[in-house]
Amino acid sequence: MISPKSTSTVHDNPFMKPMEWISLALLAAVIFLVLPMLLDAFRLNLVGKYLTYSFVALGLVICWGFGGILSLGQGVFFGLGGYLMAMFLKLEASSVENTKIQSTPGIPDFMDWNQITELPWFWKPFTSLPFTILAVIVVPAFFAFVIGSAMFRRRVGGTYFAIITQAIAAILTILIVGQQGYTGGINGITDLRTLNGWDIRTDRAHNILYFVNGGLLVACILFAQYVKRSKLGRILVAMRDKEDRVRFSGYPVASFKTFAFCLAAVFAAIGGAMFTLQVGFMSPSFVGIVPSIEMVIYAAVGGRLSLFGAVWGTLLVNWAKTTFSESFPELWLFGLGGLFILVVLAFPNGLAGIYRTYVEPRLTRRVKALEPAPAVALPHAAE
Amino acid sequence: MLGDYSLTDLSSIFVMQGFAGLILFSVYTLMALGLAIIFGQMGVINMAHGEFMILGAYMTYLCSGFFQTHLPALFPAYFFVAMALAFVASGALGMLVEWALIRHLYKRPLDTLLATWGLSLILQQAYRTIFGPREVGVELPAWLIGSVQVTDTIEIPINGMFVMAITLLITAGVALLMYRSRFGAQVRAVVQNRPMAGAVGIDTEKVDRLTFGLGCGIAGVAGSAFTMVGSTGPTSGQLYIVDTFLIVVFGGAASLLGTIASAFSISQTQSTLEFFLSGSTAKVITLLAVVGILMLRPQGLFTLKVRR
Repeated sequence: MISPKSTSTVHDNPFMKPMEWISLALLAAVIFLVLPMLLDAFRLNLVGKYLTYSFVALGLVICWGFGGILSLGQGVFFGLGGYLMAMFLKLEASSVENTKIQSTPGIPDFMDWNQITELPWFWKPFTSLPFTILAVIVVPAFFAFVIGSAMFRRRVGGTYFAIITQAIAAILTILIVGQQGYTGGINGITDLRTLNGWDIRTDRAHNILYFVNGGLLVACILFAQYVKRSKLGRILVAMRDKEDRVRFSGYPVASFKTFAFCLAAVFAAIGGAMFTLQVGFMSPSFVGIVPSIEMVIYAAVGGRLSLFGAVWGTLLVNWAKTTFSESFPELWLFGLGGLFILVVLAFPNGLAGIYRTYVEPRLTRRVKALEPAPAVALPHAAE
Repeated sequence: MLGDYSLTDLSSIFVMQGFAGLILFSVYTLMALGLAIIFGQMGVINMAHGEFMILGAYMTYLCSGFFQTHLPALFPAYFFVAMALAFVASGALGMLVEWALIRHLYKRPLDTLLATWGLSLILQQAYRTIFGPREVGVELPAWLIGSVQVTDTIEIPINGMFVMAITLLITAGVALLMYRSRFGAQVRAVVQNRPMAGAVGIDTEKVDRLTFGLGCGIAGVAGSAFTMVGSTGPTSGQLYIVDTFLIVVFGGAASLLGTIASAFSISQTQSTLEFFLSGSTAKVITLLAVVGILMLRPQGLFTLKVRR
């Protein structure tokens, strides 16, 4: 499961290696130039939606790839971020003029349908955009902190942690579906219109949001890179490989794990909030067990040790999903299932692993072959 | 909320709900038994466990159809044949999966989880292709239909009692097999110390394969019993997988007694709450309580005291 290739020495370690700068430039070029030029507004919005999932995959690389903590509940945090954003947008869309046909104007439509006559207390603060943005970051981080610190301090890890996070994803889905009057139930929160008066449903708004989303993604990658090469990142990897040894060296293992889990949660929540803005609704189908595990496969396909791989993996799997389920809906589940098995059995480090084993050595050989060539050729030329 | 009912009503409600809980308990126990062997003993997370169960359910469905058209005379007894067939089919598929997939992943438990999830997706789609997306039910023989009237207000369905009897038999059988037979001793030896077990001449690979097959086979029987109380669809297995894992973890992974105790407490809590609250609230409260307790006591209810 663990590849020693990702380890790096403390010294001679710049912020990013040249190859990593190239990867970043390549990714940025594809996101900001190639895709907007090639795709129409609808497809670009679709790619924007995929990119919101890659925030989750990025968090999983930190949490699972580096920290060795597999969370099967990332949908919880994606959903929290998305729902908090949706609450703000929904309140704005449910102004008194917009909802005057309801028996209680000024509250979201699904509350009116469920005979709720007053805005519940936990909805009230979401009339403020700064509060909402703060909540999108703080609430999931707090949840992750409570779950993480309760479990890691008791040294629950590995498979147990995975099962319990999965159960939490199940609980949250049942809760959202069951409490229809407060959450919109199985349909989720729909019919979102404006963000501080700015219509988010137009093609132009989708375009702008796409670029904001891409910018946030690059910022998150850079932050993840900063964490990865900091001392903290190296302790995470050490902990994954020999937890006891790190503990006996005096490091508070539980705190480091909790941090990694919280960071993954915040990344997921940012993705969720951007999802709501770009897609225009949020529903429990992005919270539960199935989406949570699918998000893990994005990271696994891209390479659980590679920040860039996570983004590529997400794009690739989602592209495949859209293509296959459009033309062969019967075959898609076979394909996805086969992909899980294939990645685990044959390519545990995903696309990034394939790149590192097969492409990179050849590239460096090519580069090396080019470099000494003039040095060898020169004496001949002198003769 | 209790004020509207008289005392006799209340006691009847508790008996009936308790009984509904017992049926749920039987299904949970059967499912969890297989998982307790696979996850508890071998440490393998089998996310496709629900699909092995559904395989058993579909086998029973096929059997019921076959007996109805070709052997109507033997129809009253078809269920026993179906159960044996379910055990063999699920067990054989389990051994195949162990050979092809699981044995490469014993050292990477988290990866097993992903791979078996992939397997579960493939199996689901296979069921959908073969048996169609709609839920199917089996025809029950006449002697299983109806209920026993205990008092004026209490009546108990016969198929529920039959499921409970089967659960009891299978649980006893598994307990005997694991704790009183040579095979059980070998399984426990391999679980506790694999290299040492190998050194004393136990074929650990064979034991692994048989253990995995046994767990899957029991899941198949669970699915077969499940057809008597509910209908079967391609994704039915997924509905139960989280509950089942929680039961095994809550009970203390390596303890058979713990599994049974936790299946009992979870199913009783859920079915009692279900009467007074809505189904989803009851489920949320039950699961939250289990997760909360597991956060405080991660080793579960019962733990095996082993030096590791």
